[in-house]
Amino acid sequence: MIASAESHLAQARGGDKRSIARLLTIVENDEPGCADILRSLYPETGRARVVGVTGPPGGGKSTLVSRLAAHYGSTYDRIAIVAVDPSSPFTGGAILGDRIRMRDRFLDEGVFIRSMASRGHAGGLSRATMRVVNVLDALGTGLVIVETVGVGQEEVEVVRVADTVCLVTVPGLGDDIQAIKAGVLEIADVLVVNKADKPGADETARDLMQMLSLGKGRTPWKPPIVRTSAQDNTGIDALAKAIDAHVEWSTASGDRDARRAGAARQEVEALLREALVKRLEERIGQDRVSEAVARVARRELDPYRAVDELLADR
Amino acid sequence: MKRPIRVVMAKAGLDGHDRGVKVVARALRDAGMEVIYTGVHQTPEAVVETALQEDADAIGLSLLSGAHNYLFPRVAELMKEKGMDDVLLFGGGIIPEDDIEGLKKHGVERIFQPGASLEEIIAYVRIAVAKRRGQPA
Repeated sequence: MIASAESHLAQARGGDKRSIARLLTIVENDEPGCADILRSLYPETGRARVVGVTGPPGGGKSTLVSRLAAHYGSTYDRIAIVAVDPSSPFTGGAILGDRIRMRDRFLDEGVFIRSMASRGHAGGLSRATMRVVNVLDALGTGLVIVETVGVGQEEVEVVRVADTVCLVTVPGLGDDIQAIKAGVLEIADVLVVNKADKPGADETARDLMQMLSLGKGRTPWKPPIVRTSAQDNTGIDALAKAIDAHVEWSTASGDRDARRAGAARQEVEALLREALVKRLEERIGQDRVSEAVARVARRELDPYRAVDELLADR
Repeated sequence: MKRPIRVVMAKAGLDGHDRGVKVVARALRDAGMEVIYTGVHQTPEAVVETALQEDADAIGLSLLSGAHNYLFPRVAELMKEKGMDDVLLFGGGIIPEDDIEGLKKHGVERIFQPGASLEEIIAYVRIAVAKRRGQPA
C-alpha cells in the first residue's frame, strides 16, 4: 500500500476525522491506494446498519436525516451521513447543499457528514457511494444514513446500498395512479409522508395505503406509512420505530442477507466487467476497439458481429 | 480521473446577506467545482469542522457584517489547530482596504472586495488550489 494511504488508514482506525475524510476522498476518486484500502477494510464491513433516505427534491430529506441522526445519537456512538446531490451534466460542477439542513449536527461529536456529487451517475447515488459507506462501516460507524439526490420515479440504486429504505414523499405530488406506478415506490421499506402539517397529507397517506392494498409486495413485509414534519420535529420517534421494526424483520427473515448478497453479486460483476474489458483492450489494443466502433458507426458492421470479432481477435 | 476542486462556501456570524456568496458559489459550480454550501449564521467552529469532514481544498468565507477582524482570524486559528495547513482560506465582502493586510497576516490568503469579477475569483481558486496540491494549474 502506498505510504500516505497506509498512514491515513492507521489514523482513521484510531478515529481521526481528518484521516477518515482523506480516505473517503481517495476511494471517491479512485486514487492510488483505493483498492488497497478497500481490500484492507473489507473484512470489517457489514457491521453497520445502513438506512437509505430517498424521495423527490424539496421533500425534506435532509432535514429528516438530521432529525434521525439526532434521534439515534443515544443509540450509536458513531453515526455517518452520506448525502448525495447532483452534478451538472455540462460542467461537472455541483452545489452540495444538504448540509444547510443539518446544521444542528455539525458539531455533534459522534456525527460525521460527507457530501458527495453524483458525478454523472444515474440511479440517485454516485458511483463511489457504496465504497464510501463500506469505509465508514469498517471504521466502526454504527449507523450510516445515505441520502440520495432528489429522485423521480426510477432512481432505485439506494436499495443496493441500504438495509432499510425510507421513501419520503409530501402532500400534493399527484393522485393514486402515481402511487401504483412501478419504480421508486416499490423499493420503499418505510413510507414517509413528510410535511404532514400541510393540506393534503391525509389524501397522500390514503393513496399510499390503497397502493399497498392492491397487490402483494416483493416480500411479506408491508411498508408502514409514517407521517412526519421534519421541520417541527414531529413523527421522528414513530419513523425510527418503523425503521427499527424493519431491521428486526429483515434480519430475522433473512431478507437483509439476501439483499446484501444481491449487492455483492452486482459489485463483483461490475468489477469483473471492467477488468475483462481492460484485459481485452490490453490484449488486442485500444485501436482495434476504436476501429470496430468506427465501422459500426459507418454501418459497415453490426454491433453484434463487432463484439464477436473483437472477442475472437488474438 | 481528475479530482474536482472542493470548496466550502460559508457565512459566519450574525450576517444574513447571502446573495453574494450564492453568486460566487454558482460561478464556482459552473467552473466545474464541487461547492459545499453551509448556509448563513455559522460559527467558525462549524465552518472548519465542515471543511475537515468534507476534505475540502478551500474555505471561502463571505462577510458583510463588519466582524471580519474577529471571524477570519478565528477560522484561521482553528484550521491551524486541526492541522489544516494545506487548506486554502480566502474571503470576500465589505472589508475595508486598511484591514486587508492584517487579515493576510492571520492566514487569509486573499480577500475579494466589492467589484471583484467572478472570472478573477475562479482563476484564483484554481491556481491557488493547484499550488497547494502540488499540481500544475
